Amino acid sequence: MNKDQSIQDMTDTMAKFTSYIGKRLPNDVKDKLAELRTFETNPLAKAVYTSMADNQEAADKLDRPSCQDTGVIQYFIKAGARFPLLGELEEILRNATQGATRMGPLRHNAVETFDEKNTGTNTGTNIPWLDWEIVPDDDGATIDVYMAGGGCTLPGKATVLMPGEGYEGVTDFVFDVITSRGVNACPPLLVGIGVSTSAETAARLSKRAILREVGSRNANENAALMEKLLEEGLNEVGIGPQGLTGANSVMGVNIEASARHPSTIGVAVSTGCWAHRRGKIRFKADLSYEIISHKGAVL
Amino acid sequence: MTKKILSTPIKDEDLEGLNVGDVVYLTGHLVTCRDVAHRRLIELKRELPVDIRGGAIFHAGPIVRKKDDGKFEMVSIGPTTSMRMEKFEREFIKQTGVKLIVGKGGMGPETMAGCKEHKAVHAIFPGGCAVLAATQVEEIERAEWQDLGMPETLWVNRVREFGPLIISIDTKGNNLIEQNKAVFNEKKKPIMDKIKSQVRFIK
Repeated sequence: MNKDQSIQDMTDTMAKFTSYIGKRLPNDVKDKLAELRTFETNPLAKAVYTSMADNQEAADKLDRPSCQDTGVIQYFIKAGARFPLLGELEEILRNATQGATRMGPLRHNAVETFDEKNTGTNTGTNIPWLDWEIVPDDDGATIDVYMAGGGCTLPGKATVLMPGEGYEGVTDFVFDVITSRGVNACPPLLVGIGVSTSAETAARLSKRAILREVGSRNANENAALMEKLLEEGLNEVGIGPQGLTGANSVMGVNIEASARHPSTIGVAVSTGCWAHRRGKIRFKADLSYEIISHKGAVL
Repeated sequence: MTKKILSTPIKDEDLEGLNVGDVVYLTGHLVTCRDVAHRRLIELKRELPVDIRGGAIFHAGPIVRKKDDGKFEMVSIGPTTSMRMEKFEREFIKQTGVKLIVGKGGMGPETMAGCKEHKAVHAIFPGGCAVLAATQVEEIERAEWQDLGMPETLWVNRVREFGPLIISIDTKGNNLIEQNKAVFNEKKKPIMDKIKSQVRFIK
């Protein structure tokens, strides 16, 4: 296959995949919602879960974006240093976003700041947003696609705590964000927390945290404990679907962390709504691919 | 249980018996109206291009497809975060005479006051359920202020039994989500204390 053909093929695949994930939830989210639904006794909560299930069925059947807010498209790339299209990926993903916008169709969600004009293509300055990790001595590429909707992006918050505030301060911060702004962000939420050294490093990690599977745990024992405690604690508050009160509040709490400066604790929260539209796809060097997030998906 | 259905034009007496937590459906016209439309009316003093006296608005920015015959098709339309319109809503209700505001999540004291003063209600349509909602739109009759782009255009929808709509602010000024938030805030303190005692990793 010549290079132009390869570029075209990968662009087509990524356009189709980006469009696909707006219509069907990933397996982990789907399974968790089905489980949470069974715990509800509050009639309003039950009614909302019924609407949610009916909606996903209709979206699948009618082949339409399940939520009208198909977000700003973000790609989290983990590419081998020897991936053959490494230098072309940015262009490929930009064109894939435009393709998905026509195909979905996706809502037009890229507004040029300061000019305050909607581009109508879902592409604009630095949009789609790309986040890069380069893996030495590897020739594949794994790409997470995320539709960052407005509602679930609004609660996002980052701050830098003093070490005296400790992980107790992290607890305060997370609870404040979720019980105030999180209520409007279409709970049950997937809560992503970054614990790090500064505002922007924590913010980036908090977003990576919601790309991790629902129900997975951080490898560090203390971080995993904190995930469990926050998840149980937030659920005890009983926010319920759409903030209407219920048996649970969240689909899960995922923490990602880095080392930090001894004088600072950077902490950030990102939230994923119940309609947490993300997908993971892995390409080999020959551009054959495997869809990890949606079992049995056919593009 | 029979469905409680509101029809546009909505009269004060249709709403007076409703309480927060009640579930209703809407038949008639539902006009999308969100951030910039509110700003244009209230701050820029521009007249809304649609008469919504006795009507219903939807805080929503849908996905719409233009069909070959030039008509618009509603693809996906769910509610957006209503709180963004809090700043404008009291004055908006006063100026337009709108009776039903549909959106997502709670709104604040200004909207509560507006609903009480002018007999209007705010209702929640389950967020994210946008295809369900689209199937309840019979036709897009008009599209105004298209210069604002797809999400912000005023789409005039004819809807049939559109819902479930959960009343979150009633004409008495009760606010379901604010009541719930008070409960959450009361419950969270002891829960947080319990967690904090177990995360003293800095020793």
